[in-house]
Amino acid sequence: MKGEEQVKPVPRLSLGPLLYYWPRDEIFSFYQRIAQTPVDIVCLGETVCAKRRTMKTGDWLELADELHQAGKEVVLSTLTLLEASSELSALGKICDNNRYMVEANDMAAVQLMSGRQSFVTGPAVNIYNSRALSVLASCGLKRWTLPFELSKDTLASLHRDRPEGVETEVFVFGRIPLAYSARCFTARAHNLPKDDCQFRCLDYPDGLMLRTQEDESFLVLNGIQTQSARTQNLVNELDELVQLGIDVLRISPQSRNTEQIVDVFHRALHGETTVAAAESQLQGYMLSGECDGYWHGQAGMTMTPVSAGLTVRQD
Amino acid sequence: MELVCPAGNLPSLKAAVDNGANAVYVGFRDDTNARHFAGLNFNNRRAGEGIRYARDRGVKIYVAINTYAQPSGWSRWQDSVDHAAGLGVDALILADIGVMDYARERWPELRLHLSVQGSATSAEAVRFYHQRFGIQRVVLPRVLSLKQVRQVAETSPVPVEVFGFGSLCVMVEGRCLLSSYVTGRSPNTFGACSPANAVCWNETPNGLETRLNNVLIERYSADQPAGYPTLCKGRFSVSGNTYYAIEEPTSLNTLDLLPQLQSAGVAAIKIEGRQRSPAYVAQVTKVWRAAINACMRDPEAYTPSEAWLSALDLVSEGSRTTLGAYHRPWQ
Repeated sequence: MKGEEQVKPVPRLSLGPLLYYWPRDEIFSFYQRIAQTPVDIVCLGETVCAKRRTMKTGDWLELADELHQAGKEVVLSTLTLLEASSELSALGKICDNNRYMVEANDMAAVQLMSGRQSFVTGPAVNIYNSRALSVLASCGLKRWTLPFELSKDTLASLHRDRPEGVETEVFVFGRIPLAYSARCFTARAHNLPKDDCQFRCLDYPDGLMLRTQEDESFLVLNGIQTQSARTQNLVNELDELVQLGIDVLRISPQSRNTEQIVDVFHRALHGETTVAAAESQLQGYMLSGECDGYWHGQAGMTMTPVSAGLTVRQD
Repeated sequence: MELVCPAGNLPSLKAAVDNGANAVYVGFRDDTNARHFAGLNFNNRRAGEGIRYARDRGVKIYVAINTYAQPSGWSRWQDSVDHAAGLGVDALILADIGVMDYARERWPELRLHLSVQGSATSAEAVRFYHQRFGIQRVVLPRVLSLKQVRQVAETSPVPVEVFGFGSLCVMVEGRCLLSSYVTGRSPNTFGACSPANAVCWNETPNGLETRLNNVLIERYSADQPAGYPTLCKGRFSVSGNTYYAIEEPTSLNTLDLLPQLQSAGVAAIKIEGRQRSPAYVAQVTKVWRAAINACMRDPEAYTPSEAWLSALDLVSEGSRTTLGAYHRPWQ
């Protein structure tokens, strides 16, 4: 390491919104366990499908209060693809909650909060250049999340030139939400129309696997959302993320081992374990392969060999 | 209703103008537009020629600069905006907030449209771009039902344009990363989905296989017509069933819905296909011109003629069409 480099603050850890549809009781017990982890920020709310109603807005707010009391910073996440007018009015209620920071995942949410209150953006809000970041900062943006398909070079440039008072968040662990549609692919897999989906998403706590005709795990169907089958894992890039001064690192919930994943990242960030050991522990927590291509400016699904990822550590 | 037609080169532009387009949309020869294909699009000189041809015949020219600029390439987007403004085009079709901010500041008189790649699906989202950048039209993503299009059109601060015909994106445009996940290049970053450089065709004992960066997208038996491996339109396996898990190879065709789109207050119908041939542009423009004329004359008596429908089927992906998300059961 170069001697002149300043000691950078350790990034905080966030837990992204739950992308899947779980029974209400399981959601409550999941977040009770999360309250015990060292995660700093917790994003709550439905971001994928407005038909998923086991959790009412009031339930999410109840969870928000519990997590807030447990010392967590709470962010209320909002729907990504807005279609019906009922979805817009639900969005308006969340934006007006007056208590917790709101994560916009669509420009409608940005517009509702612009000039009225501070907000943060999730990875589905397209901030690809500094000028876009500045426009949104002038509207009240306090933290932005790097869109998935952008590389470390673009991240470094945007973060370096960010407006005063704006923080940067990077998605470091989880299956990547790649697309949103009017069509529900889970219902389609069951030959059901979306309007009568029978809440089949409840059967797939980590989504429904889509394989190629060669039986390769390729994508995951999660209602109207399509995800990568592989888990994006940037644990090998922790040193670089710290050196860049990234403020927050995001982990995406999954049905098992989320607490352990938080714990591994926390220990790696605080020097309680090596990146190599962390990487090897995380191997057991990834559901169907891993990838880090976007970070390196490559196809998102590719995985850089570990030796290449670790060269930054050879001081 | 305005008819907005695609052109990837000068012959297509002339075909659109000659067959009744009210406006033609084009892009420059780089990654600043969402049909960034080899050999396609306009350099400055060709664009100038096209504009004169269109203008002499009372037709408008819009320029799509509708991909997302990253810091390393920012100057290309800025140059494209400046070139288009210098050419005196009738409107820019933009998606990126940063590019829009630049265009508004540098060329305050220039008319701006929000591209479909801007992903605005509600009047509230449209309002963001209208208030800050003064956009004068929005192109809606192909994810809304007819009822939802009507709601947006009624409450939007600016007129709406919708897709009438052409290749169908199943995912909301501007937020689909499937292509960059597989190939490293997406509509947002590079201006192409499932780009040709990543495509591989292999004759195998199992049939003709199409791959995208080595991922098997489709496998055809000898009697099946092979199509381009657009990655959301292949057959995949889910729970042991192999089928078009995302979407069939099919085109959008809303000819049947024209009176409803008109009564919903839709201001313009867009035809997809800047990558298609001048013959496609001529054919599709001609049919839609006739259809819009018939619909404007007497919407109650309007029915699409068999000749129109079969002419469009001939140029459709997989020779099939769908009403897409406009029709609720499709969803």
